Amino acid sequence: MSLLSNTTALLGKELRTEFRSRELLTTTVVFILVVVVLFSFTFDPTSGESRRFAASLLWLAFLFAASLMLQPCFLREQNNDTLSALRLCVADPFAIFVAKLAANTLFLLLTELLMLPVFSILFNVPVFPVFGQLVLVLFLGSLGVSIAGTALSAISAQARMRELLLPLLLLPLLTPVLVASTRVTVGLLDPAPFMEWKGIGFLVIFDVVFLTALWLFGEYLLEE
Amino acid sequence: MMKHALGGALVVVLLVAAAYAAFFVAPTDVKQGLIYRILFLHVPSAWTGLVAFFVCFIANLLYVWRRAPRWDWLGISAAEVGLAFTTVVLVTGPIWAHPVWGIWWTWDARLTSTFVLWLLYVSYLVLRTLVEEPDRRALFSALFGIFAFIDVPLVFGSIRWWRTQHPQPVIMGEPGSGLDPTMRKVLFFSWLAMLGLMTLLLKARYRVEAMRGELETIRREAEVL
Repeated sequence: MSLLSNTTALLGKELRTEFRSRELLTTTVVFILVVVVLFSFTFDPTSGESRRFAASLLWLAFLFAASLMLQPCFLREQNNDTLSALRLCVADPFAIFVAKLAANTLFLLLTELLMLPVFSILFNVPVFPVFGQLVLVLFLGSLGVSIAGTALSAISAQARMRELLLPLLLLPLLTPVLVASTRVTVGLLDPAPFMEWKGIGFLVIFDVVFLTALWLFGEYLLEE
Repeated sequence: MMKHALGGALVVVLLVAAAYAAFFVAPTDVKQGLIYRILFLHVPSAWTGLVAFFVCFIANLLYVWRRAPRWDWLGISAAEVGLAFTTVVLVTGPIWAHPVWGIWWTWDARLTSTFVLWLLYVSYLVLRTLVEEPDRRALFSALFGIFAFIDVPLVFGSIRWWRTQHPQPVIMGEPGSGLDPTMRKVLFFSWLAMLGLMTLLLKARYRVEAMRGELETIRREAEVL
């Protein structure tokens, strides 16, 4: 029970910190927008091809954004010297991770939902008929990104060149998430949309596997 | 010293024998001709690389559990040796593919996942250079090594299921399928030789790392004084 109450309290703290300044969300939204616009210069976005590439572009933009957005997750605690205090006040350090990854998933999902309509207009792909399914794959994908990213940001926060290190560690690790979510999204943005349930199942497996790993090894990541 | 020399000599003999078998014992492939013989370097290297990464994973787990520096030393040694073998795989692959498939590289499942595997362990080595404090470096790299190894089957699975839908080169789509019995024997013998080489390299690298670790400890103690 204490895990749940600790997690809720910590999640509240994460959300309050962010919604007071909203700097993470604003920066990430603008970053994704920049990346999407820059992508559009590298090929002809009006051609029929754009439908095929759209999903990949979207996921790549999300992944790059996430690898930057997850940066402050533990760095903030370290800069403010609050990590030891955090560790002292929870019985199970896993609560810190769950709270942080839940907050990160929420932030990622929010930015993605904000970007979706813009993306739909810019690349001329209808997203609303398959909105529900899209939210599902966005959620499972973002959850996977957040689980691995939160764990690794605890590592990168204590290293040199951390801004480069986190993407370097995170992006190859996220290959399965990128492959599966892009595949599902391509199916959903098809002129005859279809749901690739195998991809959804795969994302669930990834999330469960990494959540278990985090549960088993998370406490060591927070050692002094 | 004598033991090292003997071990080294044994591995050299094994490697020479494996090379001889690969060139003169195994029959020439009907379709591919001579070039197929690179298989006896390529495939055993791939298997050996995976064995080394598995050793690295076990060492990482043991480090997290026991916190003895020797598991850290073994982890880094195994990761480097595994990377060396995987690099051989990634280099010999295109050399074989160019005459047989007509292209150097294709984004086929096996190639791509090997490449991602290589990248993951390169990141592991980069991580080690960026954390100063030895205990923290050992712990963090061990944890990343564990995450990376857990990720490997997921990478293989995802790429295999979704990335192979485009037309694939047909010849030797499945190496190992319908392999001539002599070829199979030579292949496994080459693997044995490669495993010998891996053990040799691992031991040598481990000794270097152990010395480096001790030097670091002495240096820190000297600083405290």
